[in-house]
Parts: sequence; structure tokens; C-alpha cells
Amino acid sequence: MRTCGATSGGPDLAGVDLANQSVIQGAVLRGGVSDGVPNGLPVDNAYVRLLDSNGEFTAEVPTNLEGQFRFFAAPGSWTVVVLAFGAREEIKVQAEKGTPVDLVIQI
Amino acid sequence: MSRATSLVSTDWVLENLTNKSVVFVEVDEDTTLYEKGHIEGAITFHWREDLQDGLIRDLISKEKFEALLSKSGITNDSTVVLYGGNNNWFATYAFWYFKIYGHQDVRLIDGGRKLWELKGLPLVTEVPTRTAARYVAKERDNSIRAFRDQVISSIGIKNIVDVRSPAEFSGELAAPAHLPQEGGQIKGHIPSAKNIPWSKAANEDGTFRSNEELAELYKAAGVDFAKETIAYCRIGERSAFSWFVLHELLDLQNVTNYDGSWTEYGSLVGVPVAVGA
Repeated sequence: MRTCGATSGGPDLAGVDLANQSVIQGAVLRGGVSDGVPNGLPVDNAYVRLLDSNGEFTAEVPTNLEGQFRFFAAPGSWTVVVLAFGAREEIKVQAEKGTPVDLVIQI
Repeated sequence: MSRATSLVSTDWVLENLTNKSVVFVEVDEDTTLYEKGHIEGAITFHWREDLQDGLIRDLISKEKFEALLSKSGITNDSTVVLYGGNNNWFATYAFWYFKIYGHQDVRLIDGGRKLWELKGLPLVTEVPTRTAARYVAKERDNSIRAFRDQVISSIGIKNIVDVRSPAEFSGELAAPAHLPQEGGQIKGHIPSAKNIPWSKAANEDGTFRSNEELAELYKAAGVDFAKETIAYCRIGERSAFSWFVLHELLDLQNVTNYDGSWTEYGSLVGVPVAVGA
């Protein structure tokens, strides 16, 4: 199933003070194609961990019904680790204020 | 009190799903998780509605605890097996609670709900009906609970372990980064406390690290196992997790959970506070 019109993975950013927040968010999808457009089935029982630049655990959130997650980080280097049944993905990202990191993660 | 008596594996759970003497109880921070799916036969306790007094800030009374367990069909002989989301934070809090009221056989599923889901093990939505029983609790065992005056008089004397994140310890944040920033009136930590975040005691899949790794973690951070230890966090749940590690897994005596934690300490008038790493 392809999500029409959506170009980002994470939850709606309406109401988020992007100028002051370093958002890292995304969606975890299964069985889709990695073409930059969210497609596939949302994984609503994945766990997403945020590690700092030293690899230290900072936070962990479960995905929502749409397979989405969001962190409010600080500017800098972070690693996002996705854990789900039969899958583990690790993605290095650079967070900054103003422009959210928005990931589409296929497992 | 050891890893063998306090912790069960997911395999043990699968083998005991129909064991009548075992009662599985899910306790979550996100209380919607139980409705989404739970281990077959498991009931749930709501950490606030069931486990907080509601009027005064305290544990529920002995009578209310007895009523809760009786209504849930738990007897004094039941093997109560707790698990939950968020790396078992609130399940370990419930574990500590059962110990406060003297329940004999209470255990925790290693890895909790996360490991269960990561292994793709079955969850059901059917809520079980359990026949009410008669539960008689013991008087509170305050030897595993710390109160504010004990904490204040322990500064620089006992081990005080702050299990919050480094940003909460240093005073940058008042609460974990994924929660609303509510907490004490001021930010910081109890002087002489060592910051050993709860997360360092857990593996990525939510299981506890080995006893060797755990002992090394606390020793390396300056905890003297010959002394008494007080664990605290913001509201007493994450510190129940670390209390479980120290008191149950490492089998150390004289370990208390300060459940008033930073929301109480950080609001007290005139007590010493430290900030920074």
C-alpha cells in the first residue's frame, strides 16, 4: 500500500516549534520499496532507540499505529536504532534546528 | 532474592501460560498497551489508578492493596509474574510494591514486553475473567523504601544513586526527554549522588545485563557495596528498576528505593542541591 501525497515519514509537524527544536522522526515500514516515498505496511510494534554521538543510550520510544516515531534531540550527530521482530536497522543522522530529520525506514 | 528466583525468561512464560498458580500482570507507563494486546491470561494494573493513593502522595494502603489483589484473584500463594513496556520500568515498580507488602513469590519477565514483541511472541486482546480470592497483605516493609529525612542524612555517607539521564542529573532537564517537563520546583541532583542511568543496566532488547557486568557498572561509578544504597529518579519508577538490579539480581542487602525522588527532593525548602555532571 502506498501512502499518497506524503513525502515524509514521521508524524505531522504542525504545532512543532521547528525553529527551536532539533527533531528526528520517521516511519518504520515493512514490505515496501525503498524509493524515498513511504510505502509498505506500518510497523506499529517496533522500538526506536536514540543513541548520542558516543553511542550512549538517550531515549527509546515505541512506534505508533502508523509506524511513526519522533524525538526532540539537540543539534549534532545521533544514531537511530530500529528494533522490530526479525529486524534491526541503524541509521546515523545529523540533527539541526529548523530542519527536521525525517526518515523512512524499510525493514 | 537472586536472578534465579526473581527473573523468568520468555521461554519460562510460554511453558507456564496455563499454570493455574501463576498470575501474569502487565504494568505499563503507556496504559493503552494492554488493550492493544497482552500475554494470554494476563491482567493489568494501572500504575496511577490502581497503585497510587490518589488523595495523599503515597502507596495505596494495606487494605486497598488487599482489595486490589483479592479482586484480581491473586492469593498469598500465587506466583505473580510482572512485565511491562518501557523496559519494565513500571513492572519493576510494581515488583517493589509487592515486596513492600510482603508477597512471597513475585517475579519479573526478563526483557518485558519489548523482548516479547521483538521475538514475535503472541499477544491477545481477550481480557481474562478471574475468580475473586482472599488476599492478606503484610504490614509495609519499609526496609526497602527510603524517605526524605533518611536521604538528607545520607548525603556523603551512604551510596546515593541517581538513575536518571545525565541531562536530568546535571540540571538541564526536569524529566526524561520524551515526557512533559514536569518535576521538582528546581533542577539538579542530591549532593554526593552518583549518576548511573537505569539504561546502563539493560541490554538493547530490554533484558538485564549479566551480574558480572552489573557489578562492574556500579563499582566503576564509585558505589561501595559495603555501604547502604539509596536509588532515586524523578517519581520512583526508574529507580525501582535499579533497586531491582541491586537488591534482587546482585542480591545486595540494604538497598532502598526513594520513591519520593526528585519531584519531592527538588521541591523541599532548604536542602542542599548540586548541579552539573
